Amino acid sequence: MSQSLRPYLTAVRYSLEAALTLSNFSSLEVERHNRPEVEVPNTSAELLLQPMHISRNENEQVLIEPSVNSVRVSIKVKQADEIEHILVHKFTRFLEHSAESFYVLRRTAMPGYSISFLITNKHTESMKTGKLVDFIIEFMEEVDKEISEIKLFLNARARFVAEAYLGEFVY
Amino acid sequence: MSVSHHDKSVVAAFKLVKAPIYSHCYSNDKSLLAITCDTNCLVYRLQGPNSQPKLVATLADHDKTVTAVDISVHGRIVTCSQDRNAYVWEPLSDGTYRATLVLLRINRAATAVCWAPSGYKFAVGSSARIIAVCYYEQENNWWVSKHIRKPIKSTVNCLSWHENGVLLASGGTDGYMRVFSGFIKGLDSKDIMTGSPWGDKFPFGSLVKEWYQGSYIHDVEWRSNIEKVGYVSHDGCLSVADSQGQVQTVDAPEGLPYRSLLWINDHEILCGGYSCHPVMFTEGTGAWKFSQSLDQVNKGAPAASHFAGDNDEDDENPTFGMSALRKFKELDLKGKVTAHEQESAHENAIVQLRTFAESNGQVTQVSSCGLDGKIVIYSV
Repeated sequence: MSQSLRPYLTAVRYSLEAALTLSNFSSLEVERHNRPEVEVPNTSAELLLQPMHISRNENEQVLIEPSVNSVRVSIKVKQADEIEHILVHKFTRFLEHSAESFYVLRRTAMPGYSISFLITNKHTESMKTGKLVDFIIEFMEEVDKEISEIKLFLNARARFVAEAYLGEFVY
Repeated sequence: MSVSHHDKSVVAAFKLVKAPIYSHCYSNDKSLLAITCDTNCLVYRLQGPNSQPKLVATLADHDKTVTAVDISVHGRIVTCSQDRNAYVWEPLSDGTYRATLVLLRINRAATAVCWAPSGYKFAVGSSARIIAVCYYEQENNWWVSKHIRKPIKSTVNCLSWHENGVLLASGGTDGYMRVFSGFIKGLDSKDIMTGSPWGDKFPFGSLVKEWYQGSYIHDVEWRSNIEKVGYVSHDGCLSVADSQGQVQTVDAPEGLPYRSLLWINDHEILCGGYSCHPVMFTEGTGAWKFSQSLDQVNKGAPAASHFAGDNDEDDENPTFGMSALRKFKELDLKGKVTAHEQESAHENAIVQLRTFAESNGQVTQVSSCGLDGKIVIYSV
């Protein structure tokens, strides 16, 4: 792991721990409703807390938007070139298609980010908060590795295909 | 539930339900325990520290999450829920309970409930920005309510009655801790308030004093004999206010906010919250400070992984040798930091602390409920 990734992940970890202090909060606006306040248009400004924006560089950023009963975590995965751009898009789209089985995954990412998680008080009450944080950090660690691995495979395959194709023209 | 591998401050730990317990309460003689569980309120009979409490009654008239429960000195249970209702449960001789609906007249969730020390009235906090003070009306045979509206701007999170049954402290998501008068004509006598340092006149609903904290107030509690009120807020602070308007604030050592506080004696407060173990604060010479953590585990282990406050303090440490050592240690521990074992009695946040045993104004045992569905009793 590179030297600058560690402080970046540490910052994300502490920010998430601070943000995941959620309570069961019934809506102020709609009777008998209990909804994630970060996701709905809100007239009570006090329910939304200060968003935290952690940036390693322009390609790797995390936006944590806390509220009284829910937290939205948006991650921008590193995309160095166009191939990585396509790969990240395909990869996150594949995950979002099965968002139900990931519980905390949001079905669409926030604009400008690759993938978003929505953690509500239901999740922090049924799972250990520490493990939720671990999951997100682990995801951030693994996704870069995964993308560059896929890219290597892609390059290797492209080389093989090119060799096989161009081999036809060798006398 | 075995308690042997827990800290010695843990007297008993009961895993009662698989849902979060938002609130719990003991009867006056500590034989009955009422907890909230989803849309029900469960009543247990305690059978000593080593055997699991026995379920004796399920109070199931609510149809949304029950948010709070309290038991009066007479044994009446009051529950309130996000379905906008509150019920008073009168114990019958055969061990069952008869429910009486309370006319709260609120149109949003009820969030907090607290019996006055006399047991003849209680206060209900709500998301409708209202505190309803409820009392029994003999001629109509039901519980009616009077509203405190002004100047509450958001959900009321917590309530606490002064021992005199008139002053009512409340806190909420608007970031104010307020003291109101909950004086009900015909129920309270004016004599009890003569010489009170909080003022001369206490008409119902008047704002006696308010403090602005700027973040959600999670819990508030009176210490009546010294006329002080303590409260914990979402910015990770414990504050103690007095009748002169003075506030003393102390920060949580781990940086995570507390959900509940309990006065142990005049100079000690126990707090519990998102750090999953209770923390004791003591009043020294004119200032409150952190004194000790109960049931805290893996101190030597990678503490950095779950104590947000620690890192900031360490970074200010000018000893370079230590910080370099720590840096390499962290690199070495990569991957292992995430695998630490949390072994404190509560596996999730503590939501409420209550007195379990008391002698001469000193609390000796404290009971806590948590989001993990456990009740834990600590000795302090």
